[in-house]
Amino acid sequence: MVSTLLVTGDGALSYDAGSVTLPRTVAQEGAASKAADLQGSFSLADVSVAYGRDRVIEGVSMYVPPRSVTALIGPSGCGKSTLLRCLNRMNDELGNVHVGGTITLDGADIMGRAMDPVELRMRVGQVFQRPNPFPMTIWDNVAYGPRTQGIRKRSELDELVEESLKGAALWAEVKNNLKKHAFELSGGQQQRLCIARALATKPEVILMDEPASALDPISTQQIEDTIAQLKDSVTIVIVTHNMQQAARISDQTAFMLRESLDEPAHLVEMDETRKMFTNPDDARTESYITGRFG
Amino acid sequence: MSRSSRTKQARTAEATAKVVTGAIALSVVAVAVFVFVYIVYNGIGALDWTFFSEVPRDRGREGGILPIIVGTLYLIGATAGLTLPIGVLAGVYLAEYAPRNFTTRAIRLAITNMAGVPSIVYGLFGLAAFVLLAGFGRSIIAAALTLTCMTLPVVITATEEALRQIPQDLRQASLALGATRLRTIYKVVLPAAAPGIITGAILGLARAAGETAPILFTGAVFQMRRLPDGPSSQFMALPYHIYAQVTSVPDWNRELVWGTALVLVAGVSIVSVMAAWWRSVQRRKVKW
Repeated sequence: MVSTLLVTGDGALSYDAGSVTLPRTVAQEGAASKAADLQGSFSLADVSVAYGRDRVIEGVSMYVPPRSVTALIGPSGCGKSTLLRCLNRMNDELGNVHVGGTITLDGADIMGRAMDPVELRMRVGQVFQRPNPFPMTIWDNVAYGPRTQGIRKRSELDELVEESLKGAALWAEVKNNLKKHAFELSGGQQQRLCIARALATKPEVILMDEPASALDPISTQQIEDTIAQLKDSVTIVIVTHNMQQAARISDQTAFMLRESLDEPAHLVEMDETRKMFTNPDDARTESYITGRFG
Repeated sequence: MSRSSRTKQARTAEATAKVVTGAIALSVVAVAVFVFVYIVYNGIGALDWTFFSEVPRDRGREGGILPIIVGTLYLIGATAGLTLPIGVLAGVYLAEYAPRNFTTRAIRLAITNMAGVPSIVYGLFGLAAFVLLAGFGRSIIAAALTLTCMTLPVVITATEEALRQIPQDLRQASLALGATRLRTIYKVVLPAAAPGIITGAILGLARAAGETAPILFTGAVFQMRRLPDGPSSQFMALPYHIYAQVTSVPDWNRELVWGTALVLVAGVSIVSVMAAWWRSVQRRKVKW
């Protein structure tokens, strides 16, 4: 495209009528804001986790690209959930857990003193295995995070609640019943409410720990559809036991394995999901994915 | 013995056990009903407007029990005001913050022991510590502090138990949204545990309302012509009034004393039943 930017005598900018090119400064700002948009990438370098003296994960290095779905798969007890909890420092709450190595979120070290776990968790939300809405109304559930951030204005909260419920594909079902107690929703609706609750803090990343494992197939389908929609705006890291689910919804897949109880789990392989499921580099990945163990 | 006769024998034993345990359980109900009916039967005649609106006359043989009801309400109000914050905060510490170490075990042991101290010993302790040492004199505040010592273990334990029943999931959800522990406790955990805490507290306070021994030396008096006018005022109280009438008034008025007992029992029962009802409503609303 030919730039037809004209500089008039007094230095002001004007455009040729047919031009669609923006002045350079604006174009630069656009590029910069696009880069700022693309937040929510994790880099893990040599991450290890120990419960007391029991080393459960060692030497995990991976890159989680922004605005994508990354699946963590592997047999039970391979440390997937533990690794997930490193990303929002929920392991801190368990006590006696030591995390080693480096984890950065968009370049910032999340394990250093400079990062407050409370602030980190507003940027990195989590959805749990069992739906765990608070014993409050639907509205109060979704508004909980923003209120924690200090937002008090009713109109602003209303807007966030609507936006988040829409993001979690629950709005249509509950918009006339926002004052209903969350426990009156079905299991699948409750889980989408939990997704909406996590979205309301405007996180860059959402961690999901087997979010559909307690749900029926139709609810599972709805959660998967929601994830597919969400990945345009937020990075998703999902732990799943369901290989088909990983293949359906994720862009990258990481396969973790604890070879024996005496040694910690490690990352066997991480690659594009399509490659992992058709032509993995590691023989162990292939055996696991084809169901020969695990 | 053949298999069928052994089965038959077992069945008979089973049936007998059911009848015997059932009869014993029923006899407990019978005792409760008898006590209640007996109190109502003897006391109902005393309940009229005079009884509730006048001060006692002729050493309690005539008149009403207004200052006695008001005294008990003040006393229990003050006790609740002292017990609830201390008890709930201590329970929160034990359930949410306490590490598993020697200090925590010591705290728990202290609470268990506090619950086991006889109430007359609390009365003596209250006299020594609050009336004399702290200089409150015989007063509502000294008696309320004494009752607080007695009620605290109940409230602390009820709070801790209620908090422990709240699923860990809920705390995790709140923390994962960037809430601090403190915010998680007062926004999510405490409201969810409130029915259990409040029921426990009401049961503890209902017991306190019926205690005579702890207030005997710490502020309850036999006769007052006016209503208590502040925390340092002495007071009359329902259980002490019954005790004092029966032990120190010759020809005590049976009907008025039974009426006083009826007021005490009915008050405590109504509050307990309301607490139980409220809890069941909350339970139905919130299920994990």
